[in-house]
Amino acid sequence: MFHWLEKNPFFFAVGVFLVIAFAGLVEILPNFAEASRPVAGLRPYTVLELAGKEVYKKDNCIACHSQLIRPFKAETDRYGQYSLSGEYAYDRPFLWGSKRTGPDLHRVGNYRTTDWHENHMWEPTSVVPGSIMPAYKHQFTNTADIATAYAEAVTVKNVFHVPYGDDIKAGEKAFDAYKPKILAEAKKVADQMKNKDVKDMVAAGKVPEVVALISYLNSLGRSRYEANKVK
Amino acid sequence: MQSNAALEYDYTIAKLYTYTAILFGFVGMLIGTLIAAQLAFPDLNYLLGEYGTFSRLRPLHTNVVIYGFTVSGIFATFYYSAQRVLKVSMAESKFIMFVGKLQFFLYLIAATAMVITELMGYTQSKEYAQMEWPLDLLIVVIWVLWGVAMFALIGIRREKALYISMWYFIACFLGVAMLYLFNNMAVPTYFTSGGVGSIMHSVSMYSGTNDALVQWWWGHNAVAFVFTVPIVGMIYYFLPKESGQSVYSYKLSLLSFWGLMFVYLWAGSHHLLWSTVPDWMQTMGSIFSVVLILPSWGSAINMLLTMKGEWNQLTENPLIKFMVLASTFYMLSTLEGPIQAIKSVNAIAHFTDWIPGHVHDGVLGWVAFMIMAALFHMAPRMFKREIYSKKLIEAQFWLQTTAVVLYFTSMWIAGITQGMMWRAVDEYGNLMYSFIDTVTVLHPYYAIRALAGVLFVTGFVMFAYNMIKTMTSSRELSEEPQFKSPMA
Repeated sequence: MFHWLEKNPFFFAVGVFLVIAFAGLVEILPNFAEASRPVAGLRPYTVLELAGKEVYKKDNCIACHSQLIRPFKAETDRYGQYSLSGEYAYDRPFLWGSKRTGPDLHRVGNYRTTDWHENHMWEPTSVVPGSIMPAYKHQFTNTADIATAYAEAVTVKNVFHVPYGDDIKAGEKAFDAYKPKILAEAKKVADQMKNKDVKDMVAAGKVPEVVALISYLNSLGRSRYEANKVK
Repeated sequence: MQSNAALEYDYTIAKLYTYTAILFGFVGMLIGTLIAAQLAFPDLNYLLGEYGTFSRLRPLHTNVVIYGFTVSGIFATFYYSAQRVLKVSMAESKFIMFVGKLQFFLYLIAATAMVITELMGYTQSKEYAQMEWPLDLLIVVIWVLWGVAMFALIGIRREKALYISMWYFIACFLGVAMLYLFNNMAVPTYFTSGGVGSIMHSVSMYSGTNDALVQWWWGHNAVAFVFTVPIVGMIYYFLPKESGQSVYSYKLSLLSFWGLMFVYLWAGSHHLLWSTVPDWMQTMGSIFSVVLILPSWGSAINMLLTMKGEWNQLTENPLIKFMVLASTFYMLSTLEGPIQAIKSVNAIAHFTDWIPGHVHDGVLGWVAFMIMAALFHMAPRMFKREIYSKKLIEAQFWLQTTAVVLYFTSMWIAGITQGMMWRAVDEYGNLMYSFIDTVTVLHPYYAIRALAGVLFVTGFVMFAYNMIKTMTSSRELSEEPQFKSPMA
């Protein structure tokens, strides 16, 4: 049979494809519907938090930070309750990471504050002596892309039925109408910060990257379970 | 094997990809060395402002060495060896030449766009699949063009039976196509939101645990079908060609090939041990990872036994040295991987530096060694000149071997140290170390790893210099060497 296949490239290719595709069918497909259900009471990310998640992706925090607490005592002691599949239902993409050069962040919102993050992103060693994390000062002056974050919310609502309110809908006009809500949420974060540039930008109707990022980091943990906080 | 005398092969495309392999190899490894040094000396994060942090550069390093260096190496060796094992010249078909040139041109555009967009921070944040959707589409076109060239060459072949290395190139083409398409399924938000926001942005078709499953089905098997399958294909061609020995066992080649095809895809879930993926999938990943030793070692042993009775070549020919050591590192790496895929070991190893350590004894010791040896073998045949300097190859070999050993030993120690410290408890059952204790303790190992990087890049510069000299000013050859590559 193998000699015959080697002389018939088409059937050879079909054979190879069947053999390699088989595992995916058996291993990946069966669990698809079940694994995408959210745990009870989980709310989707707010638009500001989504903008923060984009900053998290842009500066590629997953290079060093995981968001996956494994079911070991050493991990639950350090980071809190181990992670559940349903907690990731609104995570597109998943951001588990594969390397912990820094600590896990899946529940960082439970034990760090806006103030701590502000100091840490400006100069990590000021709050963690010996830290090898770089400072991310550019996040204090770069503007977060809230339009794209809003577009993402619209997309996941319309395509994947993520439960957002009626005010999240397609079009520039809808975005302009929604924008004050994002800015109000950003102001709440900025009010707890010291940096003058950040406060000025927010006052001028812009959202600095660091504000969006902190809002996202604060959402990692129990705050996403509080009812009705999404509005 | 038949005589090649009647056919004049056309190496235009193979040469072009040889140039890009050298260029991207240097750039990718240089970035790798810089980010390795950043972990030991964090001040190096501020050389390029927001574009120079470890986190921004890390995916650039992985993408440039994978899609720049390795994929260039794959295409170069394919366009060189496919003609020869199929007994047909690229020059015989204008169509195939056009497809090959178009593919290279688009590849160059895609690679450049990849570097720029990733520096700017456009990313899907999925490992080894960072590129955003417009680039994904371009890559699909490039990949399809490669398939067209491949099957068109096969279509007009004179040698009816496909040689082993062709099996592996076909598998590489099909495997990557399937995995890449499924993993990069995403919805561009600009179009679904009525034109709001950035046109580059997309959201994954899968969420959470499903996304993780698909991603590591890709992530693991990209390793299979980019770092293993075509590289095995290379060694099956280049080791017999350089040594003048026939492949030791055809049956072992069969077992290894079909075994590798069937088993590899199952093992992806070993990246998700102790995660929220169902237990049965995790166990399947572990079991198949262990089974994977069989086909992997099958190929490696087949290659080592090919040298049976001719081990003297190991001392006489540095290219044989590279290829034999590549086989050996392949064996080491494919034993280490399954060990890390055992759940109890993974509990310590996962998230630590042992993982990059494992990756690098594979990619430096196996992939890079094999590609460099293949390009060295091709150079006298493509440029009709002898290799510029044997002494330089010897020096490069020892320098880079030292680098690989320093790299993985330091990362083994670093990884296990950190894994043990994370879980250490005192007599009352409280955690003994704060997280930062487990970071600062790694400083010496990070410094050793950075040194290893410097040594490896230095070796690569020696390789590049030797190649460029071979292309331009080495002694010309009157006829094509049959086996051993001539070198001064």
